[in-house]
Amino acid sequence: MSPETTAAQAAHRPPKGPACRSLSDLDPGVRARLCHHSEHPVPTRLRDLGFVPDTTLMVLRQAPLGDPLEVEIRGYRVCLRRADIAALCVVPVAQ
Amino acid sequence: MSASAALSDPIETLHIALVGSPNSGKTTLFNALTGSRAKVGNYPGVTVERREGEVRDVAVPIRLLDLPGTYSLDPETPDEEVVREVLAGERANEPVPDALVVVIDGTTLARGLGLVAQVLQARRPTAIVVTMIDEVRARGGRLDLGKLSRILGVPVMGVVGHRGVGVADVRGLLERARRWATPAEPPPVDDHEARFAWVDRVAADVGGFSPARDKRTDRIDRVLLHPLGGIPIFAGVMVLLFQSIFSWAVPAMDWIDGAFGALGGLSRSVLPAGLLTDLWVDGVLAGVGSVLVFLPQIVIVFTLIHLLEDVGYMARAAFVVDRVMGWVGLQGRCFVALLSSYACAIPGIMAARAVASPRDRLATILIAPFMTCSARLPVYTLLIAAFVPAERVLGPLGLQGLVMLGLYLMGALTALGSAALLKSTLLRGKVATFYLELPPYRIPTARLLFTQVWRSSRSFIKRAGTLIVVASIILWALLSFPRIPVDASLSQGAQAQAQLQASAAARIGHALEPVIEPLGFDWKIGVGLLASLAAREVMVATLAQIYAVGDADNFEGLRHALANDRDPQTGERSFTLASALALLVFFVFALQCMSTVVVMARETGSWRWPALAFGYMLALAYGGSFVTYRLATAFL
Repeated sequence: MSPETTAAQAAHRPPKGPACRSLSDLDPGVRARLCHHSEHPVPTRLRDLGFVPDTTLMVLRQAPLGDPLEVEIRGYRVCLRRADIAALCVVPVAQ
Repeated sequence: MSASAALSDPIETLHIALVGSPNSGKTTLFNALTGSRAKVGNYPGVTVERREGEVRDVAVPIRLLDLPGTYSLDPETPDEEVVREVLAGERANEPVPDALVVVIDGTTLARGLGLVAQVLQARRPTAIVVTMIDEVRARGGRLDLGKLSRILGVPVMGVVGHRGVGVADVRGLLERARRWATPAEPPPVDDHEARFAWVDRVAADVGGFSPARDKRTDRIDRVLLHPLGGIPIFAGVMVLLFQSIFSWAVPAMDWIDGAFGALGGLSRSVLPAGLLTDLWVDGVLAGVGSVLVFLPQIVIVFTLIHLLEDVGYMARAAFVVDRVMGWVGLQGRCFVALLSSYACAIPGIMAARAVASPRDRLATILIAPFMTCSARLPVYTLLIAAFVPAERVLGPLGLQGLVMLGLYLMGALTALGSAALLKSTLLRGKVATFYLELPPYRIPTARLLFTQVWRSSRSFIKRAGTLIVVASIILWALLSFPRIPVDASLSQGAQAQAQLQASAAARIGHALEPVIEPLGFDWKIGVGLLASLAAREVMVATLAQIYAVGDADNFEGLRHALANDRDPQTGERSFTLASALALLVFFVFALQCMSTVVVMARETGSWRWPALAFGYMLALAYGGSFVTYRLATAFL
C-alpha cells in the first residue's frame, strides 16, 4: 500500500488510539472488534451481512494469491476483497 | 367452464412465495415441494429468472413462487429489486403473495435472521423454514426452533431439504397458510445496528451461535487453500477437467460417430436410392450425428463441474482465482461460468446468473463465446491433422499439440482482454462489493447430481433435434439444388462434382469469394463458413458434403481430400498451411452459433448485446484471419 493512501485513511480514522487499524491489515487468527466509524460509511451490502459497530470478527485466511480474505462474523464466514473492507476499522481484542 | 379452469379457481389457489439468501437451501426446498416441475420464465423487463411451481401432495392448490436469492430487502442487484417489488406488491402482473416462507440456513442463523427481520416488517402471514438442521446437530449445535417460533410469533419448522426430511411437515404447514399469524410487533429494521442487536439477542436465546465450526471443512481447507499448495492443487483440478474432455470422452464419441455412420450405411442399403434418402442420410442423420457426438464430452464436463460445485470446491476455486479475475475487472464467480464455457458457451452464459453484479454478469455473458467450446474441437482437429506436420518439437510435445494449445490460449486471452475492454468502456462503473461464501464440504447425493447433469444435457439433445436438423436440411437443399440432368458419359464422382458446381450453395460461395479471398479462402470454405453460422460443427459436415467423400464421419478421407484439393484451372493447391491457419483463427474468434446468440438475447433481455457480440467477434475474426494469412504467407 502506498504511503499516501495510508495517510488518507489515517486522516479518516477517529481518535481511537494506536490499536485501531483497517480490517484489510488485520492478521489472520486475530479476533477484533469493529469500531464506530462515522466518516467512512460502511457499504450497505456489508452492513446487511452484519458488519455493524461493536461486532467481533476474525480474518481466517487469505487466498493463496493474497486476496480476497475469508472473514468469520456472527458465526458464519464470508470472503471479501481487501479493497472493499479497507474502510472498516477494527481494534484487536484479547481472546 | 372447463374442468381444468374450475380446478385453478383463483379464490381457492394459495399463492406462497419463498424468500431466502443464496445458498440457504431455498431452491432445494422448492424442488422437494414441487417435484422439480417448475415453470421457468423471466420477469418482464429485467434479466431475472422467475420460477413457479405447483406444490405436490397437498389438500389445497398451492402455487409456490421461488423468489431470487437475496441477502436483504435493501436491493443492490436486479434480483433483489424483484424480491422487494413482489413483497411490496409493486411488480406488475405478479399477484401479491398470500403468505411468505423465509428459508434460512441453520448453520448461519444470525445472517438469516437479518433477512427475517426485514420480511416480518411486511406484516404478512409468514413462516420460517430452517434448513440444514442435520448439519447444525452434527456440529454439536442445539437450535430451539420452538423458542424461535415463540419469539418471532410465527410458525418455524426445520428441514433437511436434500434428503427430504421434514418436507412432508412443510406441506402440512403450507396448507394452513391462511391461518398463519402475523407478528404483533415486527423487529426493528431501519437501523442496521438496532437490527443486528435484535438478531444477536434472538440468536443467543435459541442457541444459534453454538454450532462449532465444521472441523472436517477446516481440515480440508487447510490443505486445499494452503498458501503455497493451493495454486498447484487448483491447477491440478483444472488439468483433470481438461484431461476428461480430451481423453475420457473419446471412446464414447467414437462409438456414437460409428453408430451414426452405420445407421447411414444401413439406410442407404435399405431405402431406394433417391433424393429423399439423400435428405435423410446427408441432411438429417449427418446433422444430428455431428451434434450428438459431443454428448459424452458434455456429460463428463457437467458431471465434474456439478460434482465440484456440490462438494464445495467450486467456491474455493472462485476464491483462489478471484485476484486474477480482478485484474481484468471481473470476479471469482465469473470464473465458474467461463469454465463451463469450455464445454459449451450456453451453460456458461446461464451459469453467469450466479454473478451478483449486473455489469460483471453482462461482461461474463459477452466473453463466454471466446472460450474454446467443444463444437470448435472437430474443426480444429480436422484442420490441424490435415495441414500441420506431425513433428516433435520439444521432447514429447508435438507441433500439432502445440498449435491446439495455442488456439485454446488465444481464446482465453481474448476473453480476458475483451472483459478488460468492456469493463473500462461500455460496462464501466463503481466496482460492486464482492462477497463469496465457502460452504462446508458436503458429500453430494447421486440423485441431485444426476438431475443436474440430465437438465444440462437435455438442452443439447433438444438442440440436435431442432436447430441442427433444420440447418442441415437447408444446407443439404442448397448443395443439391437446382438439379442438373444426369450425364451418362461422366463417372459418378464427376457427376457429383458437376452437380455441386451448379448448386445454389456454389453460387453463394462464388459470390462470397471477393470478401474472403484476402483471407486465403476459396468458395468452398465460403460455403462452409456460411453454413457454420448456424453451428460451428456444421463446418466439418459441410466440407464432407462439398468434397464428396461420402460419409461425413470418414475423417481420414476428408483430411486427405482437403490436403490435396487443387484448383482445376491453375493446378495450385486450393488449401495451404497459411489458409488453414487463417481459418483456425477465424474459428477462434467468430460467434458462429445461433443457439448462443438466442440464449444471449434471452439472458440479457435484449438483442442489442448479442448483436454487439456478433459484430465484435466477426470483426476480430476477419481481422485476425487476414493478419494470420499475410504473416503465414510471408514467413512459412
